[in-house]
Amino acid sequence: MTVTIERDATRTLTVPPEARRTPRPRGRKPLISYGHWWWALPAIVLVIAVHYAATLTGGFFAFTNWTGLGDWELVGLDNFVRIFNDPTLLGSVWNTLFLAFATVIVTNVIGLGFALAINRTLKSRYILRTLLFLPVVLSPLATAYIWKFIFQFNGPLNGFFALIGLPDLQKVWLADPTWSIWAILLTVVWQQTGFVMVIYLAGLASVPVEVEEAAALDGANVWQRFVNVTVPAIRPSIAIATTLGIIQGLRIFDQIFALTGGGPAGATETLATQVYKQAFSLGQFGFGSALALVLTLIILVFAILQQFATRDRDAVGRA
Amino acid sequence: MFRYTKLTAVREAFIWVVTLIWLLPFYFLFATAFKTDQEALTTSAIAPPSSFDFGAFIEVLTTGGRNSIPLSILNSILITAGAIVGLILFGSIAAYVITRRTRAWTNLTFYLVLIAIILPAQLGTVPLYIGARTVGLTGSAIGMILLWIGILLPLSVFLYASFFRGLTTEYEEAAVIDGASPTQAFFRVVLPLMAPATGTVAILAGLIVWNDFFNSLIFLGGSTTQTLPVAMYTYVGGLVSAWNKIFAVVIISMVPILLFYMFAQKKFIQGFGGGLKG
Repeated sequence: MTVTIERDATRTLTVPPEARRTPRPRGRKPLISYGHWWWALPAIVLVIAVHYAATLTGGFFAFTNWTGLGDWELVGLDNFVRIFNDPTLLGSVWNTLFLAFATVIVTNVIGLGFALAINRTLKSRYILRTLLFLPVVLSPLATAYIWKFIFQFNGPLNGFFALIGLPDLQKVWLADPTWSIWAILLTVVWQQTGFVMVIYLAGLASVPVEVEEAAALDGANVWQRFVNVTVPAIRPSIAIATTLGIIQGLRIFDQIFALTGGGPAGATETLATQVYKQAFSLGQFGFGSALALVLTLIILVFAILQQFATRDRDAVGRA
Repeated sequence: MFRYTKLTAVREAFIWVVTLIWLLPFYFLFATAFKTDQEALTTSAIAPPSSFDFGAFIEVLTTGGRNSIPLSILNSILITAGAIVGLILFGSIAAYVITRRTRAWTNLTFYLVLIAIILPAQLGTVPLYIGARTVGLTGSAIGMILLWIGILLPLSVFLYASFFRGLTTEYEEAAVIDGASPTQAFFRVVLPLMAPATGTVAILAGLIVWNDFFNSLIFLGGSTTQTLPVAMYTYVGGLVSAWNKIFAVVIISMVPILLFYMFAQKKFIQGFGGGLKG
């Protein structure tokens, strides 16, 4: 007796359309009792408490000046006015968006490159895939420490620049107002590229070899085959990898906390680090919640976009 | 057309070079962790250690106190295991009832879970912290386990639900006709068939909980119950460039994952795509 689960739910990344419907025989009286109805209770209670009640309460806090102790009052939009008039906080909004978009662009270019490079014919492609995916499963905090070592003044990166005869490029990377955010970007890219690569490998596996061969026989060169055959076929993977990457990129916290702590002089603050600092270090629960609301709204836009992007995937799949 | 030619061999060699450069940070990690204190300060970052010195590891693992690493490892194991067990139990039974029973409320519950997957978690952190503080669940392993079950339950229910839909009802019907109670039919017959779903939930939840820094920092911060990442952060903060010790902690935090990853890398790679909450 073997049960094979054909549809690999783990590969879908997001809510697959068939799961949105609940196709069950209606009207037929069930043959047996399937479990007990109250089996759903712990899940319902926990999900409502941790997700819905908490989020709604947080949304309410965003319009108050509560400090966690004593009295508080509704302050309307004051918190938001404060965010958009404070250069450091406004800078943190830009840093959040910069890190998210830059991470997505770089990880997708490198990740797709890796995926194309190891996709077919290579004898050691599974070992390569395992090795390149490895940083993804490790703790972001732990990997950030490795990069902190690389970026120190007498660290390997400056050592490399000395070696190739460009000592002028040596910097105190993490204390440099311009370059520290690029150091964080590199750390995040190194950790997440393997994940993007795997998404593209799954997409590339669905490109029929015959079509590529036919294009090659018709005289298409490598670049033409990539643009006209491969890219249209992996468009769904591109949609998933970019939207998911932006959502993850907007939430980057651990690496910043370990590498710069938001410094120098707020140059690498993001909404995530500011939520932590305002709410939990300074005890400004109302104001911290307002920052969290801004972050949540930005994430929500891309989360909804992702649902549409992946819904579109089936249209592509069926065509 | 896609035969293995000389050109392919050149390509393979080139990709190996790129991969090894990509993984160079791991070389720095291991080379430095096995250096002595003296060597870590004086030798170049690229130089290998003169001999394998376990001094840094021994010191890290024997330092006691509030942020002791061994204690935090135990806490991390306890919290990760507790969260995984809870997510498997509550996730599977809820998903079973939701998918097998055809009532309006089960449909509604399923949508409740789906929307919770899409809903970003950031906004709920402050109220959850205040709630946990009010009932005395901050700084406690139980509180952390409950929090993780709550955060990741939508993912668990959703994964189980999609697997249950692919499984015919005949197994549990046969079991019940043979005299099993609904509870027995589920735990003895249905759940064991769900091993792929359980594996995915365990790997995903295990990685997220074990690697988490943000939630542990908030909900366990300042208490004596620390998870490994928070203890690592505090411990490293107290060391000034003692990189051999910092990297010893980093390696210790990676070892459990590396071991699991070596044995089940395919399942990891598939499972990780299973769903990351936005």
